[in-house]
Amino acid sequence: MIHCVLHDPHDSVAVVVVEDVAAGMTLTGLVLDEDRTLTLACVQDIPLGHKVALKDMAVGETVIKYGVDIGRVVAPILRGQHAHVHNIKTKRW
Amino acid sequence: MKMQTTFQGYRRENGRVGVRNHVIILPVDDLSNAACEAVAHNIKGTLALPHPYGRLQFGADLDLHFRTLIGTGANPNVAAVVVIGIEEQWTRRVVDGIRATGKPVAGFGIELHGDHDTIMRASKAAKEYVQWASELQRVECALSELWVSTKCGESDTTSGCGANPTVGDAFDKLYAAGCTLVFGETTELTGGEQLVAARCRDERVRADFMRVFDRYQQVIDRHKTSDLSDSQPTKGNIAGGLTTIEEKALGNIQKIGRKCVVDGVLDKAEMPTGPGLWFMDSSSAAAEMVTLCAAAGFVVHFFPTGQGNVIGNPILPVIKICANPRTVRTMSEHVDVDTSGLLQREITMGQAGDKLLDMMFRTVNGRLTAAEALGHREFVLTRLYESA
Repeated sequence: MIHCVLHDPHDSVAVVVVEDVAAGMTLTGLVLDEDRTLTLACVQDIPLGHKVALKDMAVGETVIKYGVDIGRVVAPILRGQHAHVHNIKTKRW
Repeated sequence: MKMQTTFQGYRRENGRVGVRNHVIILPVDDLSNAACEAVAHNIKGTLALPHPYGRLQFGADLDLHFRTLIGTGANPNVAAVVVIGIEEQWTRRVVDGIRATGKPVAGFGIELHGDHDTIMRASKAAKEYVQWASELQRVECALSELWVSTKCGESDTTSGCGANPTVGDAFDKLYAAGCTLVFGETTELTGGEQLVAARCRDERVRADFMRVFDRYQQVIDRHKTSDLSDSQPTKGNIAGGLTTIEEKALGNIQKIGRKCVVDGVLDKAEMPTGPGLWFMDSSSAAAEMVTLCAAAGFVVHFFPTGQGNVIGNPILPVIKICANPRTVRTMSEHVDVDTSGLLQREITMGQAGDKLLDMMFRTVNGRLTAAEALGHREFVLTRLYESA
């Protein structure tokens, strides 16, 4: 089963695509552009459609998805954690 | 899969091809909704398009109002039109605009007549039109004559990795087939605008695109409070996992595929002048944008959704595409094309695009979309500013 997908091999987050992803699970991630998989230890419960961090990220760091800047880190994020509005914000507006 | 090259459509007086055969009862203004709805109630098979505007608008906002109403009546999915307005002059302006297509159209002003007399006269015209239209036959038309629009809604992260790239794959194939295509949602390109600019045909188109993009950013800057985080991304987007406008935008632009080129920029409800992919400067609100696409002459719409937008349009069949496995389970009655298999690697992107194109051919040949069967007829006019 694919638990999460990432668009670009350089992305720092992946999208959870199944329900009931929970802390302690080992996730299989699909790299869409390369059609290969990777594995990742999940450390928090993450809802369907929400993102899991693929690396540790410090405050101020840029988050990459689709190989492109999607915002900045506003609270520290560890690999395997839930990455969303509580720790990422837009750089626009 | 070899793509079909023809479909069964209605060829109109001006040569354009429609995929539906509506007789519409079109109010010029809010005051005429009641009469239009009464006519549509009297004459079976006609459709009233009530809306809340059309009084004391002026300047560019009034121009857009007329362009939207005339474009809706002129759309080749419409066989004939009855127009009703509170007074004669603006009613005639809408009638004359639609008449340029050569299709049957009649206008009625309410002043000096009242609702009863207007409804009676308009009902007689509507009855003639609907019986005439019911004898029109579909004929074989070239795929290149099809105009296809797209706009996504209630997006989530599965839109960006599933439903939207499905549209993108289909758009790449339709572009190569010579179709006329449009996308828009100006503010929802924020964070991905340079990627769209890089896809523009030439410097002139790129300059046009950046001009309308920058103008819309100024509107946001002028009216925003702190930021737009309460409305862009929407609460539904955030519940679905989208965090920032940049992330939403990058998912959004998956709809224009990887090969097609942005050939030109359109104003709201403006009709394209040739085949290719057009960008329409438009709101990102679903019903506003789809209404503008219909007014610009598009005859079938691709609407990818993540969390489950239920939108339809009175004259434009809206095909819903969804890759979120929970949404296709809990809101199945709204989903025309399920591409959730993409996220489990059960189908390829090329197969997902073909699945959408298969549903497109079935739809343009006559199959009702989920939104049509469920009676979704959202007709929402875009306003630019206050009335006088």
